[in-house]
Amino acid sequence: MTTPALPLYRRTPLRRLAGVDRLAVAGGVLLGIVVLAALLAPWIAPYPEDGGSATHPLEALLPPGGDHWFGTDQVGRDVFSRVLFGARTSLFIAVAVLAVSGVAGVALGVVAGYAGGWARDVIMRVTDVFLAFPALLLSLALAVVLQPSVTTVIVAIAITWWPWYARLTASVAASVSTRGFVDSARCLGVPAPLIVLRHVLPNSLTPVLVQLSLDGGGVILTAAALSYLGLGAHEPTPEWGLMVQQGQSLFTTDWWVVTFPGLAILVTAFAFNVLGEGLRARLAR
Amino acid sequence: MTLLAAEGVTLAYGTTAVVHDVSLSVDEGGVGLIGESGSGKTTLARALLGLLRPRSGVVRYGSADLAGLGRAGRAEFRRAVQPVFQDGSEALDPRMTAGASVAEALTTHHRVPRDERRDRVAALLTGVGLDPALAGRRPHEMSGGQRQRVAIARALAVEPRLLVLDEPTSALDVTVQARILDLLEGLAADRGLGYLLITHNLGVVGRLCRTSSVLFAGRVVESGPTADLLTRPAHPYTRALRDAVPRLGGEPPRTAGRTEAAPAPTGCPFRLRCPWAADHCRDEAPELRELGGRKVACHRAEEVLTTPASSIPASPAARVPRDGGEAPDAPRQ
Repeated sequence: MTTPALPLYRRTPLRRLAGVDRLAVAGGVLLGIVVLAALLAPWIAPYPEDGGSATHPLEALLPPGGDHWFGTDQVGRDVFSRVLFGARTSLFIAVAVLAVSGVAGVALGVVAGYAGGWARDVIMRVTDVFLAFPALLLSLALAVVLQPSVTTVIVAIAITWWPWYARLTASVAASVSTRGFVDSARCLGVPAPLIVLRHVLPNSLTPVLVQLSLDGGGVILTAAALSYLGLGAHEPTPEWGLMVQQGQSLFTTDWWVVTFPGLAILVTAFAFNVLGEGLRARLAR
Repeated sequence: MTLLAAEGVTLAYGTTAVVHDVSLSVDEGGVGLIGESGSGKTTLARALLGLLRPRSGVVRYGSADLAGLGRAGRAEFRRAVQPVFQDGSEALDPRMTAGASVAEALTTHHRVPRDERRDRVAALLTGVGLDPALAGRRPHEMSGGQRQRVAIARALAVEPRLLVLDEPTSALDVTVQARILDLLEGLAADRGLGYLLITHNLGVVGRLCRTSSVLFAGRVVESGPTADLLTRPAHPYTRALRDAVPRLGGEPPRTAGRTEAAPAPTGCPFRLRCPWAADHCRDEAPELRELGGRKVACHRAEEVLTTPASSIPASPAARVPRDGGEAPDAPRQ
């Protein structure tokens, strides 16, 4: 349960901030900035129309400067504006994938964990089948079959993502189900579905929530990879992976077109990871 | 009248049998079930609560087989038989307040209007000696004794006829233990509650239970009136348990069979720890038999009854290695 505090280490608020939690705070702040950029993009982007299909042939490939902080791309759109709008696409994909796969995985996992027996076997074997495919390959195959779009990206990633949550939730729920308060509810005659919803699910969620926040970065990277390969978002959707793909041939001459969306991917994925790691450390205490 | 009974119940986890052919009945008075850790007493309790299906044998509620109960019968059983587990912090959902835990029990079988619920929760908490203001606390915000009282209030909310108390005090401080036992004793008397009290503490059983059974290695080795078992044990194991109770100011306990050898796989399971063990005990497992108003499973029960404490045979520990059947240090591999 609780570990005794080390005698020489008093946990003052300041010290706590200086410890593991500093990571979580940094991740949270970073992610907060990205979320704000996404929410406020239409108002803070210097050239909101460049988030879409606008073209300014005369301003193509201008280097970063006072008018265009991150420069402009091949058709003259402001890269800074497009990076801001790209945050919307990436976060939307991340949230959608985590929500869909999280809900599906947790629902199946909690049932498997509580029921045990053949129900658990069936659900876990199906989960294993999905886990047997390399995730990115399965996503790629799906994305090839479906029309390239943001929805395709969400579906393709969610299908490879949910088994992890199912497996994690099943193991946590199985151990929660052996605890006294579940036996107590069974002895009261509380119906099984209510036991799962009232007792098993709430007590199994914390590790899944941590895992979800750790995975946000992975989803954003995978989504960028799919779009980079032309299987996801397409012109003129502002999507970081797509922007990297379109700008990469220009890297030696016009480095800014590819660099800034690349940095945005890096920062966002990093923020998710750091936040999740911080949460995990906090949970482990 | 018998409320709940095990008849020839064998219980197993996987292929490992934990309880062998145990019969036990609980009537309106208190019945004790005594045994050390690993003796199978908690497993037996789980079967009596309908949480574990017997491998063979029958658990009866009244005259009905628990496994064959329909929906209505099962609901009635759930209302009538309630557990109190060892540790209130395990038995209460850590995310629920005390009030919510008790209210859950109230509303499981009956619809209780919201405004009435609060009053009844308060009344139940008062009934177990708690301040109703504790209703808003979560388990980790309460003491062990308070948690156990909340667990008892939760069990009482369905107005059961029988409580299965699985080591209800062993996680508590001694002074708190005494108060919880007072509470249980009072409740049982006031409401005419039957109870099965599972414990390794003979003093507790002596106080609360008219009859008792002693479990060793998943078998009943002795059962009968508690007073008889405690004053004149007929099974060497009961005697060892009795002699192991420390007394203030008395002689240091002189214990029969004070070794911790594992139960023997053949013959009498207790023989490796038994000062009275003879060759016969290795060859043949003793059956439970009548002996002066009690039942005992020991070939030499008559001698155990009459041997004075000063002349208990030497501990069997020295004999174990010579006992051919299962030399503990046989080379592995």
